[in-house]
Amino acid sequence: MKNIKFLIAGILFGIILSKTQVVSWYRIYEMFKFQSFHMYGVIGSAVLIGIVIIQLFKKGIIKDYLGNQINVKDKKKGFIRTLVGGSIFGLGWALSGACPGPMYVLIGQGALSVIIVLFGAMIGAFIYGVLSKKLPN
Amino acid sequence: MDFITQPWPWYVGGPLIAFTLFLMFYFGKSFGVSTSLETFCSIGGAGKFSDYFKINLKEKHWLLFFVIGILIGGFISSEFLMQSHAIDLNPATVKDLAELGFADAGSSYLPPEIYSTENMFTVKGFLILISAGVLIGFGTRYAGGCTSGHSITGLSSLQLPSLIATIGFFIGGLIMTWFIYPILF
Repeated sequence: MKNIKFLIAGILFGIILSKTQVVSWYRIYEMFKFQSFHMYGVIGSAVLIGIVIIQLFKKGIIKDYLGNQINVKDKKKGFIRTLVGGSIFGLGWALSGACPGPMYVLIGQGALSVIIVLFGAMIGAFIYGVLSKKLPN
Repeated sequence: MDFITQPWPWYVGGPLIAFTLFLMFYFGKSFGVSTSLETFCSIGGAGKFSDYFKINLKEKHWLLFFVIGILIGGFISSEFLMQSHAIDLNPATVKDLAELGFADAGSSYLPPEIYSTENMFTVKGFLILISAGVLIGFGTRYAGGCTSGHSITGLSSLQLPSLIATIGFFIGGLIMTWFIYPILF
């Protein structure tokens, strides 16, 4: 099964998010209150190391497991979509204390009420899909 | 073994998240979770309503394995790798939350004031959970990514849209935390 490696990467990621407590609503609340360095440290150190990793990909020093050049796709451009979309996401992130990765972690931890949040997120993605051509970029 | 069962500090978690990003690209994919939301819409038949959801599901199998893995990781850590579910909060945060009506802040991962089973069956409790989800799902797809896709992958590859999106995440988060929470609770 060629997809087993993604299952294992997911298990690893789920354990990391769980053990680092970034799936906790309280950690998100204190981040937005600027009362703890924890979340900034997690995201900041991930990005700093990520920059080095992605440079190594771009320069071809690290290839993928088949020996191919690794390309990082460009994100969709557009000031309105990223700023307005991002702000709407931020409202939901602060309210639920969970972004998409942590939702799956929390359901795995047995927090059944998070299923409602995940269901809502699918409705939200559905609404976007239906309206996508009518929204400004 | 003690280290495994204690909460991990930021300087362990952050580098390990970067390692996850490395693994996903090394295996020929990308690192981001929110695309899975639209994949589940496609599985649920959303293609009948919009061409946006007409995708080749076979190309997304890896992503389903990844998110199911994340769920299993949550289960494993909660069952076997945690001595306590307490969060070591700043006393100032505990005090702020007490004023909002959140008792015993940090005694578990999630506040019962939002996530308890009783709460989820009240009108207000249900509406908070579902609307938070809708905001997340709509916002992340409009913005083109979530915390993993934009704030980690996008910032790591020095992309301007990801910086704007991350600023947006904070605008929304700060408005919710500082201005809407005092109204809601």
